[in-house]
Amino acid sequence: MTGSEETLRKTPLYELHLELGAKMVPFAGYAMPVQYPTGVLKEHLHTREKAGLFDVSHMGQAFLSGGDPAKALERVTPADVQGLKEGMQRYGLLLNDRGTIIDDFMFTHLAGEKDLYLVVNGATKEGDFAYMADKLKGHATLAPKPDRALLALQGPAAGKVLEKLSPGIDTLTFMRVRRATVAGCPAIVSRSGYTGEDGFEISLEGKDVEKVARALLADPDVLPIGLAARDSLRLEAGLCLYGHDIDESVDPAEANLVWSIGKRRKMDKDFPAGEKIMDRVLNGTAKKRVGILPVGKAPAREGTEITDKSGKVIGKITSGGFGPSLNAPVAMGYVETAFAADGTEVDLMVRGKPNPARVAPMPFVPNRYKRK
Amino acid sequence: MSEVRYTDQHEWVNLDGDTATVGITKHAAEQLGDVVFVEVPEAGRKVGAGGEAAVVESVKAASDVYAPVGGEVVEGNKALADEPAKVNADPEGEGWFFKLKGVSKDEFAKLMTKAQYDEFVKGL
Repeated sequence: MTGSEETLRKTPLYELHLELGAKMVPFAGYAMPVQYPTGVLKEHLHTREKAGLFDVSHMGQAFLSGGDPAKALERVTPADVQGLKEGMQRYGLLLNDRGTIIDDFMFTHLAGEKDLYLVVNGATKEGDFAYMADKLKGHATLAPKPDRALLALQGPAAGKVLEKLSPGIDTLTFMRVRRATVAGCPAIVSRSGYTGEDGFEISLEGKDVEKVARALLADPDVLPIGLAARDSLRLEAGLCLYGHDIDESVDPAEANLVWSIGKRRKMDKDFPAGEKIMDRVLNGTAKKRVGILPVGKAPAREGTEITDKSGKVIGKITSGGFGPSLNAPVAMGYVETAFAADGTEVDLMVRGKPNPARVAPMPFVPNRYKRK
Repeated sequence: MSEVRYTDQHEWVNLDGDTATVGITKHAAEQLGDVVFVEVPEAGRKVGAGGEAAVVESVKAASDVYAPVGGEVVEGNKALADEPAKVNADPEGEGWFFKLKGVSKDEFAKLMTKAQYDEFVKGL
């Protein structure tokens, strides 16, 4: 449960959100801005056109220390942590002993530093941190950083905008990270995000985040963006939302996230349920996560049943809505593997009626990461 | 002469003779945010007062639109299929949803007046 108004936590930007006229909603136990007076459609389109600023301070940040934190972290994730070069960030899955997904997260090897820097989802952070601390006991020590805040600056103008507040930062390329000074404040800056656009995530001390947010918002190219547009942006980009598209009922093979398993890890199978998962990667699973494009205009929301053309239920939508950049509905979900090929025609049961749709490759909107 | 009344589900009804035009209020449109999809009923469909008659979807969520009074659908606003944004731009004009005929004046009289609806919204 998200709890009542009084028990909701606030990020250090709560007052700024109110000042900007945000509509606040409970999310991951926090009062978070779902949209600003700009409105969801314009917020979404502005992010793809210029730059959007997101408060994602509800997410969990932590440092992992010890003799060999990379080796330790590999006990709970199939990602290649030890092979991550200095100044780089990578995506990983946190797995339980059955090999299903407890969370997805980002891990970073900062240049010249031994400790790993982690960012996990807000709604799952307490559980993640407790699980990691327990599983890594005797191998590494986890230090959550609840006083840190996190901003995301996303969109094609992000590089130009952040360069003004942090000279030299625009030389970072996709998934590279460095410590930097932003508007005079110490930060960890990565060239990454959750929109499919070029952009940055900026980790700051909680006391500094309002100053940096205001400096970014002073740029005419930047608008504050709420959770609703964050969701439509990530869905168009084909990115999973934990608790919806992935959870403890699916493993990396079903979730189509095998790319996040390191090559060495695939060979060694030395991660939770490694033998079982690699067997499923090789021999296939009963269901698979796919992109789905409805043919008509009607969005198919989370929970919508997917049927084959004869009406037999073959799966379920896990994220679905309207894609403002496509001006059309977009969705993802799980279907029986026989129906997982791109172009497969299916029906979505919306308000009791079959709406035609096709299995489609993701992302729905091409990624525009700054790879060089 | 026509008269407009309102429901606690934030619909407006404009009754002219025994024909009613139905839409959602400005307050409802503002609460929904950007409307991206509207499904209106086909002509000839009979709806009872309080029955599901149309669907309106914003980026984030879908909501039902109920028939504030019973009647037979004369026309759905087909223009909303191509331009759902009309619901935000002009909710109590071009953004109308459907027209009903055979509407009971007694059912209509039970709905809120403009002053009552404004008071109701203030109390939310």
